[in-house]
Amino acid sequence: MKNKRKIGFLFIILVILIIFFLVIGLNSKNFEYALSRRIPEIIGIILTGTSIAFSSVIFQTITNNHILTPSVLGLDSLYLFIQTCIVFIFGSNSLISANPIWNFFMAVGSMILFSMILFRFLFSKESHNVFFIVIVGMVLGTFFQSISSFMQFIIDPNEFLSIQSSMFASFNNMNSKILWIAFLVELLVLIYVYKLLPNLDVISLGRENAINLGVNYKKVVKKMLVVTAILVSISTALVGPIIFLGLLVVNLTRVYLKTYKHYYLILGSMLIGSITLVGGQLIVSRVMNFATPISVIINFIGGIYFIHTLLREGKM
Amino acid sequence: MIEAKKLVKKYGDNKVVNDVSFKLKKGKITSFIGPNGAGKSTILSIISRIIGKDEGEVFIDGKEISSWDTKELAKKVAILKQSNHINIRLTVRDLISFGRFPYSGGKLTSKDWELVDEAIRYMKLEDIQDRYLDQLSGGQRQRAYIAMVIAQDTEYILLDEPLNNLDMKHSVDIMKTLRRLVDELGKTVAIVIHDINFASCYSDYIVILKNGKIAKEGEVKEIIKREILEDIYDIGFDIYDIKNNKICVYY
Repeated sequence: MKNKRKIGFLFIILVILIIFFLVIGLNSKNFEYALSRRIPEIIGIILTGTSIAFSSVIFQTITNNHILTPSVLGLDSLYLFIQTCIVFIFGSNSLISANPIWNFFMAVGSMILFSMILFRFLFSKESHNVFFIVIVGMVLGTFFQSISSFMQFIIDPNEFLSIQSSMFASFNNMNSKILWIAFLVELLVLIYVYKLLPNLDVISLGRENAINLGVNYKKVVKKMLVVTAILVSISTALVGPIIFLGLLVVNLTRVYLKTYKHYYLILGSMLIGSITLVGGQLIVSRVMNFATPISVIINFIGGIYFIHTLLREGKM
Repeated sequence: MIEAKKLVKKYGDNKVVNDVSFKLKKGKITSFIGPNGAGKSTILSIISRIIGKDEGEVFIDGKEISSWDTKELAKKVAILKQSNHINIRLTVRDLISFGRFPYSGGKLTSKDWELVDEAIRYMKLEDIQDRYLDQLSGGQRQRAYIAMVIAQDTEYILLDEPLNNLDMKHSVDIMKTLRRLVDELGKTVAIVIHDINFASCYSDYIVILKNGKIAKEGEVKEIIKREILEDIYDIGFDIYDIKNNKICVYY
């Protein structure tokens, strides 16, 4: 009951922030134009916040570690690599790089494929553990980054410009053409995961306990890895990589809700993720007049929190 | 009955379990003893499907382990491993309620909660049922884990070094509980244990492993013998009959 009230409280804060975001600075002359810009923007922000939070909760559960986020798998570097490859091979005017929906599905498809290969790797031997995932992910992430920057060096500078926008997280040049597709995909993923929620609760007890209690561990983890890949593609395709947001949001949720139940954890972190981004964007755009990009602020706060978490875990 | 046939488990070229066959008798406590690295824990993990086997077969009530539905098997066999670090904050009651997962799929009915309460009473955890696991002593925590296994209500209970890091009082408590589970509730228990006197006093049947093979198996009085144990452990043994128990002195 207590958790329901806390979730309700978060929901109210989010609604208030959204109203502020939409309404501030409106007058009778500009409201039509301003709303036509702001409504897609807020939808994109919320989609990004929720998909980052959602994927981080799931990833932390399947790796049984509270300081990891999906970016250790190199998933966002992979996204950039795919974008660079598309422009490199097909050119920036080709159907696949110019049509955002084609491009989105291409990216999602290859990221799912990648996560399946990674899964093969990780579970080929029982002795492979979380640290193995982290190391493989970091190596591959660096590999993708280097290859992409190599390709970016040798392509036409005009072509490079078309990739550049996807390299940095920004809500101001959001990829708004894929909003509806992204919304639909995320909704489907949510419905799909909803059925598996009790399994996730058990998996957070660790692999051996989960198997003992009759969870088909390998199958569920595989499904969740694919889900993570889809969600990361959504957030990266919409705005670009935001490294520390997931870590920040999920840990805040754990502190705030004090529960192990994924129903509350996922709902709570999706709300906190949206609040952080909407609130952050509100401050950046209306208070600081775009002086600093929001991703810088989030990575700054998230980075500090990460170091704090590391120090605290080290003491235990 | 659980029956293992010609189990082999390799790590690289090293066969940690090499051609092991045995049967776990129903309604008995079977202890697996032997030096470190003999493959005791590995065998327990294989027959509870925590890890896979490279060769051989495991039959649980006549059906090969890989053809069991994993949820159905969780109602039949429960295992408790020695290193049980849980990364999330749980109360004792939460933990024990997880034992009902194979039956309820996460949505516990009132009957499930009754069985949870029963397991709490059985392990005398009423006073600490709302405490968090990380606030408990080692002995209390071990009792909580065993209560989870009891709530799981399986015919077979496998425990990997349940007495690890416990003092004498808690060790005796736990062994007595296991005895009660077998004698009163008709469960079948298999444990990996290092303290040979606990194995001798509380089990019905002993399997000795060495270098991945079964060196000897049999009833307690056939196994707790000077020449057998000296051969296995490479140290001197004296064995005394005290109050109908065979007690080894090897210090």
